Amino acid sequence: MDNTIGNIDAAGHVTGRSIYVDDIPVMEGMLFVKVFDSPIAHGRIISIDFSAAEQMEGIVKIFSYKDIPGQNQIGGIIPDEPLLADHEVHYRGQPVLLIVAENEDTAEEAFKEIKIEIEPLPIITDPRDAFAQGKLLSPSRKFVMGDVKTAFSNCKYIFEGQTESGGQEQLYLETQGAYAYPNEHDSVKIFSSTQGPTQVQRTVARVLGVGMNKVEVDVPRLGGGFGGKEDQASSWGAMAAMVAWILKRPAKCIPHRMEDMRMTGKRNPYSSDFKIGLDGDLKIIAYEATFYQNGGAAADLSPAILERTLFHATNSYHIPHVTVTAHSCKTNLPPNTAFRGFGGPQGMFVMEAAIDHAAKSLKVDPDIIQRKNMMDNGDELPYGQIIKECQAKNCWDEATDIYNVESVKKEVEWFNTQNQFYKKGWSLMPVCFGISFTNTMMNQARALVHVYSDGTVGVSTGAVEMGQGVNSKMLQVVATCFGISPQKIKLETTNTTRVANTSPSAASSTADLNGKALLDACNQIKERLFSFIKTELTDNEDEIIEIKDEVVYINDEASIFNWKNLIQQAFMKRINLSAKGHYATPIINFDKTIEKGHPFAYHVYGTALTIVTVDCLRGTYEIDAVKVVHDFGSSMNRSVDLGQCEGGIVQGIGWMTMEEIIYNEEGKLLSNALSTYKIPDIYSVPKTLDVKFLNTDGNDMAIFKSKAVGEPPLMYGIGAYFAIRNAVLAFNPAADIAYAAPITPEKVLMALYNPVGG
Amino acid sequence: MVQFILNNQLVSTEHATGSTVLDFIRYYKRLVGTKIGCREGDCGACTILVGDFENNKLVYRSMTSCLMPLGNAHGKHIVSVEGINMKELSPVQQAMVDTNGTQCGFCTIGFVMSLTGFVLNETTKEYNDAIAAIDGNICRCTGYKSIERAAAILSEKINDKPEQETIAWLAEHNFIPEYFLHIKERLTQLRERINETASTINPVVQKLILGGGTDLVVQKALAVKNSAVEHLFDTSHLQEIKFENGQCHIGAAVTVTAFAESKLMQGFFPNLNQYIKLISSTPIRNMATMAGNLVNASPIGDMSIFFLALDSELVLNKSGAIRTVKLNNFYKAYKLIDKGADEIIEKIIFTPPQNTHFNFEKVSKRTHLDIASVNSACQMQLNDDGVVENIHLSAGGVAPFPKYLAETCSFLKGKKMNTENLKAAIEIMNAEIAPISDARGAKEYKRLLLRQLFLAHFQSGNEKINSVVEGILKA
Repeated sequence: MDNTIGNIDAAGHVTGRSIYVDDIPVMEGMLFVKVFDSPIAHGRIISIDFSAAEQMEGIVKIFSYKDIPGQNQIGGIIPDEPLLADHEVHYRGQPVLLIVAENEDTAEEAFKEIKIEIEPLPIITDPRDAFAQGKLLSPSRKFVMGDVKTAFSNCKYIFEGQTESGGQEQLYLETQGAYAYPNEHDSVKIFSSTQGPTQVQRTVARVLGVGMNKVEVDVPRLGGGFGGKEDQASSWGAMAAMVAWILKRPAKCIPHRMEDMRMTGKRNPYSSDFKIGLDGDLKIIAYEATFYQNGGAAADLSPAILERTLFHATNSYHIPHVTVTAHSCKTNLPPNTAFRGFGGPQGMFVMEAAIDHAAKSLKVDPDIIQRKNMMDNGDELPYGQIIKECQAKNCWDEATDIYNVESVKKEVEWFNTQNQFYKKGWSLMPVCFGISFTNTMMNQARALVHVYSDGTVGVSTGAVEMGQGVNSKMLQVVATCFGISPQKIKLETTNTTRVANTSPSAASSTADLNGKALLDACNQIKERLFSFIKTELTDNEDEIIEIKDEVVYINDEASIFNWKNLIQQAFMKRINLSAKGHYATPIINFDKTIEKGHPFAYHVYGTALTIVTVDCLRGTYEIDAVKVVHDFGSSMNRSVDLGQCEGGIVQGIGWMTMEEIIYNEEGKLLSNALSTYKIPDIYSVPKTLDVKFLNTDGNDMAIFKSKAVGEPPLMYGIGAYFAIRNAVLAFNPAADIAYAAPITPEKVLMALYNPVGG
Repeated sequence: MVQFILNNQLVSTEHATGSTVLDFIRYYKRLVGTKIGCREGDCGACTILVGDFENNKLVYRSMTSCLMPLGNAHGKHIVSVEGINMKELSPVQQAMVDTNGTQCGFCTIGFVMSLTGFVLNETTKEYNDAIAAIDGNICRCTGYKSIERAAAILSEKINDKPEQETIAWLAEHNFIPEYFLHIKERLTQLRERINETASTINPVVQKLILGGGTDLVVQKALAVKNSAVEHLFDTSHLQEIKFENGQCHIGAAVTVTAFAESKLMQGFFPNLNQYIKLISSTPIRNMATMAGNLVNASPIGDMSIFFLALDSELVLNKSGAIRTVKLNNFYKAYKLIDKGADEIIEKIIFTPPQNTHFNFEKVSKRTHLDIASVNSACQMQLNDDGVVENIHLSAGGVAPFPKYLAETCSFLKGKKMNTENLKAAIEIMNAEIAPISDARGAKEYKRLLLRQLFLAHFQSGNEKINSVVEGILKA
């Protein structure tokens, strides 16, 4: 395996030659589609008047829900979301009309000429309010193990509390978008910036009222997705496709940043209650939590996100008695959706807050409780899966050892005695994250490989390249399997006519699922080639054939065949040089009726040490260091995997610190642009970020034993919250600090001087 | 007509001068390497390099093309990523590849352009300079660590870069294509031609006055595009920084970068670089003008706060009729200023701090490239007895406009810097501000934060005052 390959797209990126949706040369007569969205978060539409707008020069047509030829429905899991609002609006930013214009400026001017009258209805933005009024998006879920009631009565210590974790804008640098043009036989082709090409295809087919075979979706690449384009790319695809299909002209629908921010959903905010019980030895005996998920106005992916919160409610700990309950609450915000971690981070934050709360109350360092309760092989998780090949303690122990946690503690304490207005804080954050779509059905993939007669190879899979380096890993699969140079291999765009019925690129599973399917395809071709070699060169069935550096070896001796002439001759002999591979993850299962099963192929583990410094005069802070030991398995691409780890950590820190989604009571997004919603810049990232690759063999369920890496590192960022909180407490031990993230400079300053004196 | 050199080619266009360089190069020249991330100068994905003469030298500055009016490209060299691509990757591009500094790639071109700007700058070669050059570039994928590694490689690679003939050295070492060698000459010729034909870029009467565009284009891009624009950005008499008769004269079109790089200003404000680092980002500072920040009248305008504490005066010009107004009288109400529609600011005049203590503070959700929650500046003169002889205090984010804290100042004048007086001053300050709750913080936070920054102004030098400040903070 060539582990030095890095990111095969890098040269295209640094020269600006990589192609994103808006870079595709457009066809003559292309139309611009602009969304007219609801200015009110909840209400009944009394009237809409767009007659003046439609008469403007350059406006081609204005579409309302009445113009939708098929179903006005884009809900993925639950059909509860119209493409265009009909009689009611349920959030501010909900699409109502499509303005179709010859150019963008005219569309913008027409927008201002549209009059809408809405009778306001009560607006709910808080999930607990929604719950109290019985407004749920999907049935509530509960995972139970053991008997918490009895267990709590046997606990020496019991602590209860409440936590809040905020939303998070995905902030892919490339906004959502699609470009579509009409094709023959009433079909349509869509270039979409989506993590889920099949989901776009399915949605477009439903909206147009045609079969999926009439809809081709092509994805060149994404300028970032992070979950935000898993489900929510579909509406933009459907809008562009519908306009192109009806007007028989190419159409582009790409929202500007502020439109994207106000119209699309974000990471679900959670409000949660916890109750934790420990024995005299600090073993956690019982844990109970209730999660109120802010789902927004439609289900979107929230029911699945809710489920993953429950799967990760106990993080890396073994707790014998657990009851965790989760409610997906309907509010008048844009439908919240997937974001790296997919509900896992929200669940883990509550667990860590519960431990921190217990530790503070018992006046012990939290890491004592964390380590004492760490899971191990043979432990049962609350959803029934038995832990195998556990690396939780290995990561933790190695991290505490190589990063000298005991001396870090002393140094921090010393620093805090020496400095009046600067205080340091530290934390340890373990992570255990399950790999697989929790919906077992989705754990399947296909790949298509063509070996051309000149020996070059074209590869299509269902994987979408969005920066995570999956195409690089796919190329490695082919190069390794065929024993050929990467130069001979081309990764094609992701296209629904080449690879159908795909699962979205999500759940960290893209490389595993598509890589295994691709390996299957390559192996089929290789087997045909090897049997061809055998018929040509030998009759002996026991010969060992290998291809190394494009030379065919028989029993370790170079043969007359190299890759190029092998392919040429195989082609002459009419050998099939194309193959379709398929993979369905074995073993996994989950029975929702009893909420038990074995949903994950394997788990990924790690531990992070975080050290921060707080400026106690100004309330600002810096992350001094994040030091991690992470279980990559046997990494097949170290630089890509390291990049995923570093990037995930910084995104997690952003979620916990400066990234603050603010809606007012009217459901209006106040953090609605990059000027008011801040993600980490180069000066705000940890000064030191060390990532140690845990030395393990990896897991056979992972592609080439290289474990999934997309999501798990994000949760190390949770450590930043606790480290900052601890530094604040070092300045003001009396501070009453709610377990509410993000811990912005505002919250820090208010806590430092709580109660305000002076 | 706007004329400029775009990469290696001359461009002459009748395109609206108020439209953006970004749209022009992407959608009319099909140079799609430059990306659209936010259209408000906050992400850097659209960063380009702009070559212009400064003191007869060709200097390249990074700018966000989303905010740059096409008219401001007149007579300049505009460089997009296509203009630095060569047969082989440049060392900048190669470093980003080698460190895996690119993941999804959408922000990457912006980083490549900013880092190329760093190597083109004859005075910068240190690692910290490289990082400063990308302070306006946001990446969502990498967490920046790999980009830091690329910057480290790069600063190493330009260790031998000479301060003279820099462009020749860079071309020789494949940082930039060879055509850069002739740009100075070609620009000179272009400007001669422009001057000969006396082609003003937009000969119309009813005009929208525009400086760097970093606010107006964010707020009203379409209106700017559809207006006849009078471009003041390159008006040479508005670009001067002078010291005359004990006073500093700062031209209206002086950019924040020019102000920060001025040796004169660095002499008067020893911590200037620290203050400026808190204000927007390199590409925005390269475009944003002094007068633009003042007329914008944003309640948290950083330069407004800075100049208020300098007790500055503005010189206004209405077709030759000159008048002056004190900056602390310039702001009347929210976004209401003492300036007629047909008046322009010519310059800002202030007496530089000498024998006085000056300090600027700013806190925002993100320390860099962010809008202040509260900012504040202070200029103070203490006599030998520790009595305040003179003081000017300003604060942003606590009133509908940049606030001169007149009452707090007048209270403190003639007072000793002791606990009692500072506490009383805080009371007075609290009475003269009226912060509101918004995305940058709750009003209670802004009150507390201003108190902190007020105290921070005094937390230096004098040990006695330090202990007074610490006493109040610990109370």
